[in-house]
Amino acid sequence: MRLLELAEVIRSKNASPFELTMDIIFKSERIFKQIVGQRVITTSTIAKLYQIPEDKVVSIIEFAHARAIKITIIRPVSSGDLGDTDIYGAQQHAPLMNWEIEYQGVNSGNGGGTG
Amino acid sequence: MLVEEKEMRVLSPTAILGYGFPLDSFRRGIAKGPHVIAVDAGSIDPGPYYLGSGNSFTDYKAVKRDLEVILTSCYDLGIPLVIGTAGGSGANMHLNWCLEIIREVVRENKLSFKAAIVEAEIPRNRLLKKLELGKIKKLFPHEEITLGDLEQSTAIVGQMGIEPFIKAFEFGADIIIAGRAYDPAVFACYPIFKGYDKALSLHMGKILECACIAATPGSGSDCMMGYIRKDHFCLEPLNETRRCTTTSVAAHTMYEKSNPYLLPGPGGALDLRFTSFEQVNEGVVKVKGSKYITSNQYTVKIEGAGLIGYRALSIAGARDPIFIGNVQEIILEVKKRVEDNFQDLIDPYFLTFRLYGRDGVMGAMEPLKNYACHELGIVIEAVSKSQEIANTICSFARSTMMHYGYPKRIATAGNLAFPFSPSDLEAGKVYKFLIHHLVEVDDPMELFKIRIAQI
Repeated sequence: MRLLELAEVIRSKNASPFELTMDIIFKSERIFKQIVGQRVITTSTIAKLYQIPEDKVVSIIEFAHARAIKITIIRPVSSGDLGDTDIYGAQQHAPLMNWEIEYQGVNSGNGGGTG
Repeated sequence: MLVEEKEMRVLSPTAILGYGFPLDSFRRGIAKGPHVIAVDAGSIDPGPYYLGSGNSFTDYKAVKRDLEVILTSCYDLGIPLVIGTAGGSGANMHLNWCLEIIREVVRENKLSFKAAIVEAEIPRNRLLKKLELGKIKKLFPHEEITLGDLEQSTAIVGQMGIEPFIKAFEFGADIIIAGRAYDPAVFACYPIFKGYDKALSLHMGKILECACIAATPGSGSDCMMGYIRKDHFCLEPLNETRRCTTTSVAAHTMYEKSNPYLLPGPGGALDLRFTSFEQVNEGVVKVKGSKYITSNQYTVKIEGAGLIGYRALSIAGARDPIFIGNVQEIILEVKKRVEDNFQDLIDPYFLTFRLYGRDGVMGAMEPLKNYACHELGIVIEAVSKSQEIANTICSFARSTMMHYGYPKRIATAGNLAFPFSPSDLEAGKVYKFLIHHLVEVDDPMELFKIRIAQI
């Protein structure tokens, strides 16, 4: 399932001129817990998605209050330096949207669990 | 200090002074009897140019419009106004620009205020001394500061905490116009001055500084009211079409921050590990449990940008599928031609071709590398030590690319569609962030200068 279908907000923004922070706010508490439990959003998957070395991924933090996962990476170049493409860092979230995530969501309904 | 009243109401009209707000929302806020109006007037987000050049990223007329509404209300109601990061970046040129607008509004509307003006630009020699003493610290992931960074930055500002604002209130100021400030301090200073909890005041400030961005639907140009009480605070959008929800407020708490649980600022950090968010009614959210951790060493974040050159741009488009298919090789060849033609040029230059429709937005991080597109936006960019050289390189790269005879070309008249004449633009000075560090201080007031003026 694409992450886009599980999230209510997917965004990116500078956190200082040297870091980029991306928030994924999930549609429900249940989806959030499920994704956190599955451990699919990790340093290694993010590094692969953004084609950056793993040491450029600063942190991945779960923020339960907002049903959110926050990903922070080091900017390829600082905001406004030669070669920068996005001064505010506001359009770097798009690869997250189309990210195919294996979501083992439990269907509410007839309770026919598949185990 | 004792809490004089049961609650204090802090009105945040807009996310950035000059971004505007609907008068209806503002009037609704005024009708609720705010004790103070506070507004953030700047940001580092628009990039290094504004801090480096001394210009504002906000517009004079738009800032004047907002100030006219706010200042006349403050005068009529006799309530204080706090402005932080005046003029967009908060160096002295920005502060003076904002002050000029305030004086104009005051004169035209026959108002009068006792103003406290707080400078945040730090004289270079004071920082050189701090450097010598090893009191300037690295802030991850930026590098250690160098003497060159201090010498090349045009203006260096420090982010003030609540202390200079509180001092200004002690002087009896009606309005405070401050240079670069820690955004939450602008909103938290008056509640803290009046005895409200520091952690709650700062957390409320963190959310109010962006006004209605914390609501849903969010907006950077609409009013929000904060209500601070003994052990909690509440947030209420002042436009009936917006609501605060526990998710929207919690989400905003982590906005633009790398760690949502620990938000560092001057002199300490907000600790949100025990914070709770509660929906009071449709639209109003209550927050409590936020704590404050005081640092052993008070630090002030400093920012500086330095001139690195001059830029020239040429904007073009391409629609020919053979050209688009070969564009990477064509760029390499054009770069070679430029290099060959100007091999006697001593000054280095930076030449790049941004390809919109391919990877113009994400560069090397773009995952869809070979995605077919039917048209391509091309920005040719040249940066060098002088405007003349940047113009030369840009112009030559543009004419070379226009007529470059690439293999299998069948459109032999020209490769680019220019939307404008002239096709090349002088974009002027280019700055780079050099300083983004922490300075250790003995006194929170040490780097900031307050003066009182009747305006």
